[in-house]
Amino acid sequence: MGGMAAPQVAPVDAPDTEDVPVADRAWVTIVWDDPVNLMSYVTWVFQKLFGYSHEKAEKLMLDVHHKGKAVVSSGARERMEHDASQLHAYGLWATVDRA
Amino acid sequence: MSTFRRQGEHCVATFAADEVRVLRKVASEVVGLLTEGFDHSDPVVGRLFPDTYPDRPGDSAEFRQYTEGDLKTGKIDQAGAVLAALPPMTGGEVRLDAEAAEAWLRALNDARLAMGVRLDISADTDLGDELDDAVLHDPTSTRVFQLSIYAYLGYLQESLLTALIDGKLAD
Repeated sequence: MGGMAAPQVAPVDAPDTEDVPVADRAWVTIVWDDPVNLMSYVTWVFQKLFGYSHEKAEKLMLDVHHKGKAVVSSGARERMEHDASQLHAYGLWATVDRA
Repeated sequence: MSTFRRQGEHCVATFAADEVRVLRKVASEVVGLLTEGFDHSDPVVGRLFPDTYPDRPGDSAEFRQYTEGDLKTGKIDQAGAVLAALPPMTGGEVRLDAEAAEAWLRALNDARLAMGVRLDISADTDLGDELDDAVLHDPTSTRVFQLSIYAYLGYLQESLLTALIDGKLAD
């Protein structure tokens, strides 16, 4: 953007994303491709469990389908374990790992 | 084959006698697998209860210890929701509210996962080709019957999901 003075950013200021302690973003939930689950069902589960838009959920589903796996959420370990449990309840093949 | 359709708040389908018999059998088999037949060495159980930490057996075992009971109860309950909503063996209507429809979707998925493991369904499997081959080999075989049921459950799950989502879009 032009026409405005560049903000004076003190070196101590950090971007928002770093406000979350590193330890709390250090884990991911991964969903793996599976020959049985219907594509429409997987998309619906991502929308339902994570509140993702249809577009985002469908893109994640296609990533799982084409790349074999996709990271569907990230955060604290306990949160990822909760997500994996929920995904297992819906029959998706989910694992937890370090980011 | 029956298809679910939306009627107001409900997803509704009318099942013929043979469909009721198949659904009752399939849901009962899932319940059996999760109760008296529960066996961690069964690949179907391995698929329904995957290792959360494949590279950390200790962490996986600990996680399993705390979560497996609830997961199993949930899966038994959703198979039970199918059994509870089925009409008499002579056939009839199934009418599901949103909560029951979601339980059915999960239960149909579990049943398909179990059959997928038993039938050795892989990413390369073309169900139509597979069924044609099985029919050529022996049209009266168990495999033909099982593949037909597997295909039917997928069709039913897709139709129920469509009916459920259609209703939400119309809200």
